[in-house]
Formats: sequence, structure tokens, C-alpha cells
Amino acid sequence: MAKLVIGTVSPATSVQDAGRFGAQRYGLTQSGAMDAFALACANTLVGNSLFTAAIEVGPLGGTFTARGGALRLALSGSMRQASIGARQLTLNESALLADGESLTLTPARTGSFTYLALEGGVQGEPVFGSLSVNMRSGLGSPYPRPLQSGDEINIAEAQPLAHERKLELPAETERPIRVVMGPQDDEFGEATELFLKSDWTLSAASDRMGFRLEGPVIKHNGGHNIVSDGTVSGSIQIPGNGQPLVLMPDRGTTGGYPKIATVIGPDLRRIAQTQVGKKLRFKAMTITEAHVEARRYAKFLASLPGLLREARGSAFNLDALQSANIAGAAVSAMDSVTWQPSPADETSTP
Amino acid sequence: MAGQALSLPRILLSGDAALTVEFSSKIDPEANRRVLALDRAIAEHGLNGVRETVPTYRSLLVHYDPVVTDYDNIRQRLLELAERPAPEIPPGRRWRIPVVYGGEYGIDLEDVARAHDMTPDDVVRRHTEGDYCVVMLGFMPGWAYLTGLDPLLATPRRQNPRTFTPAGTISIGGVQAGVQCLAAPSGWHLLGRTPARTYDIQRQPIFMLEPADMVNFYAIPENEFADMNRAAEAGELVAEQVK
Repeated sequence: MAKLVIGTVSPATSVQDAGRFGAQRYGLTQSGAMDAFALACANTLVGNSLFTAAIEVGPLGGTFTARGGALRLALSGSMRQASIGARQLTLNESALLADGESLTLTPARTGSFTYLALEGGVQGEPVFGSLSVNMRSGLGSPYPRPLQSGDEINIAEAQPLAHERKLELPAETERPIRVVMGPQDDEFGEATELFLKSDWTLSAASDRMGFRLEGPVIKHNGGHNIVSDGTVSGSIQIPGNGQPLVLMPDRGTTGGYPKIATVIGPDLRRIAQTQVGKKLRFKAMTITEAHVEARRYAKFLASLPGLLREARGSAFNLDALQSANIAGAAVSAMDSVTWQPSPADETSTP
Repeated sequence: MAGQALSLPRILLSGDAALTVEFSSKIDPEANRRVLALDRAIAEHGLNGVRETVPTYRSLLVHYDPVVTDYDNIRQRLLELAERPAPEIPPGRRWRIPVVYGGEYGIDLEDVARAHDMTPDDVVRRHTEGDYCVVMLGFMPGWAYLTGLDPLLATPRRQNPRTFTPAGTISIGGVQAGVQCLAAPSGWHLLGRTPARTYDIQRQPIFMLEPADMVNFYAIPENEFADMNRAAEAGELVAEQVK
């Protein structure tokens, strides 16, 4: 059976799917893809169900070799150059990696995370229904840690596709990250306005637990400690230093700092794909508007298979990308192999 | 009083797919009782669109699917359930958890003793005499937050949290006590370590403690730690369930 062997690999590359649900009440971290939409696109291309476990490739790229047979793959998410030997691959298009061939990914040009989906999906032992890696909890399969050179990913059997396919996705426009205010926006009074009208810069002290933002100091009306309560992916905590921390899928399930606002589900991927040093803004919407967006997003996800088109087996020249600036792609604090403190720790630490 | 409606909790927005039902902004046993009661009521009655719930000291986080239900609907149903007089919550199970206190196992024991003008033995005695209740599990898998700490042991959390504290740490922070399963950052004071694991994916049950469980600690000598730790590694609970 074909398997994928990891050559060199970016830090913060790990197997991820939709994450773990149902045990957050025991402190079990949710985890799952940082950009679930890109995961869904990559899986759709190779005929998998939307949130089948795939490889979330970190900002710096890597090489991946097929062994024991050919395998079909697809890439979606952050823009980067992808090649198999002299063949250039295109994002959002499936391709065949022959036995012994290697796929090479360069550092991300825009965004941070690219999803490498494999026809049939990553094979592993799910815990709470998920293969997602969360190293601190000792969870994830086939390896309970980010991927390292020499790791082997076995691939589940699948009926091979008859031909390569591509996804035609609508172009995205730059716009603010949409939030619903609360649950503790009343702790901030007028500072909520400052939060909404300011430009925020993504700090290098960001990882799968939380993305730290730099900008004006958001002051609390009272103290900056609250009695710990539950968090969601997208919760925007304001710790004592007044610099927001957006909680991401590896967040602690509870936290002790007030949360000024929450990024809406459909926009989580947009913040996840923001590069270190890049600026972003927030825009508040009502819960009714947020629910309209959530339903539109769910509908769009469900419609992905309908957007598939036959591809010719692809050789798109991406030379233009070679001159692209990749400096912004490095997310320096990405946790790799050893246990490391996270910049997000302070907001959830007991 | 029977039949009398309870005061309504605050319903706070936690994004487009979760609500926080807040009974109090403080650590409050009555609020915690109502959190657990609402949690139980949701589990018993079922609530259309609810994905999972996360009980904490004073509020219940309710994750829901915005495609299945909408805000007005779920808010209304939650308020109806919260308004009902809470059913009696049967007392939780009671656990006895072994702890090696002090030395390398509890590096803050002496400092805590000094801070309270006690001997380390006094601290251990007060800590083991406490009758603790699990009020929530959070932060990391199996991290149990306990009320019931002897007020004379209450110690403000450290100015600078440690970035690493070992698995099995038994600690105190403010008026709370804690049992942690995995290595984690922590700003609490480390009194000892237990070989017991509150979380083990290879074991059934995976999670040892539930909210509302009662806990007592007992001291074991250092030379018993290794044997118990091996037993825990082999999948034994090690901690004793008293009832």
C-alpha cells in the first residue's frame, strides 16, 4: 500500500482534521485544522469527505515522497510553489505522485497553512473521533506530535478517481475580520470602539493556541482577571497588557481574561492565514447577521463538490511566484518538536 | 422554595456558535450548583442544535450549530431550563488521592508554609484535612479545579507563572486547589505530586474526575511514589474511589 514519507518539513506541520468535540467539559483541547475551509477544499479534490485528516503544512514548506505505490494528492490553503520534479502543481487541483517521486513545497507566499490531502485520507487511530495532533495532550495519530523528517504516513484505501480535478473558487476580496461582540465586552466600555477602529499587527508570538496582536492598549474598566470560563476558537481575550490574543484551535478550554469579542466561524480561517507582521482590522456584526453568514458558509462548504471541474493533469507555470516575497511567511513561535511554552499560556494558565 | 422561579442568568454571546449562560461573575457555590443543574437538564431534555456544553465555576458554555437553531430559539429554551428549580444533584463520587508532599515533589511547600507562618507539616495537615469539590475541569485535559481549600492556606498566585510544571502536580492558587494531569504552565503553588492520572486515553474511564465529585488528599511517603506511578502507567486508577 502506498505511503507518504516525510523528507524535510516546516515546523508546525501536523496531521489535522475537524478536531475533537464532546470532551471540552473535561478540558480536552479541540484542535483541528487552522483553516478548515482549505482542508475541505483539498479533501474534496481527492474525493474524500470534507474533514478527512490531512497534513497541515506550516509556513516553511517541505518535501514528501511516495513509497510503495503512486498516490493522489491535492493542495489548498496558503499560496506557495509546489512541484514534482520539473512539474509545477497548481493549488486546488489534484495530482498523482508516482512511486518514488517527491513533492516539494516552498515557504508560503500568502497565508501560512497549506493542506496536503491524500486520496483515501491519512490512516490512524482516532481518539474522540479525531486524528488531530495536540502534543501537549499527547494526542494525534499516526504521531502524537508535529511531523518530523522520516515519518511515514499510511494512506487508507480508496477507489481511485478516473481523472484529475480542479476547484474553481470565487476570488476573495480583502475585508475586515468579522466579530460578534462579547461575551465580556461590557468590561471595556469605550475601549470597544478603539478595538474596532484600530489596525492590528499579527505578532510573531503566535501559534496554534493563540494569535497575538499588537496595537493600541485596550484598557479594562475593572481588573483584567475574571473567574475562568469557557472559551471558543475565535475568542479574543484581552490580558493585562491590553494586547488582544485570538484563541485558536489548540487553545485551553477555559480562560481567565475577559473576552471582548469573538471572530465568527467563517472568518476563523482568514485570521489563521494572516501572516506575521501583517495588519488586520475587525468589524462588528450582530448575531443575526453572523448567523446569516454561518449558514451561507455551511451552504458553500456543502456545494464544493459541485464546483469541481475536470483538470488536464496540470502543468501550470508558476515562475512568477519565484520572485515573490516569502519573508512574511515565517511564524517564528510555531511550536515544533519539543514541549515549549506558548505565548497563549498566560491567558489560560491556572 | 419549591415551585418558585429562580433569578434568570445572563445570556452572553460567544460568537456565532456558542452562548455563555452566566449565573454569577464570582466564585459562588450556588451559581456552580445551578450551572451543573442546567448542564444536567440539557443532557436530559436534549436541546436541538446543541453540540456540547462546558460547565465552569459560574457559567455554562453552550456550543451550538447555527445552521440547526437560531439565537432567539436557543436563548429562549436555555432560559426556560435555567428558570426551573434545579433538580437535586446527587452527591458526586468521593475520591482519595495519594500525594507525595514537599521536596522535589512540591517545591513551593516551604515557601507557602513561611508565607502563612506555619510549618510545612501544618500545611500538609491542613491540605489533607480539606474536603474538596470538583467545580470544573478546564485549561488542559484532566485539570481539575477544586473548592474547599482551608482559607488559612489561601495564597495569591505567583506574579510570574512558571512555563513548566510537572505532570501530577498538586497545587493551590488563591482560594482554589488543583490537580493537574499533564505537564503544563501554571501560576499556582506546588505542594506535591500524585501518581494518579486524572486523564489517560489508554484507560477506561479516560477521565477520572467529573464536576461535583468530592476529593480528599492523603500523604504517602516518597518511596511509594515509584510503585504507584508504575501501576498508574499500567492503567490503574491508583486513587481510591470511596463511594
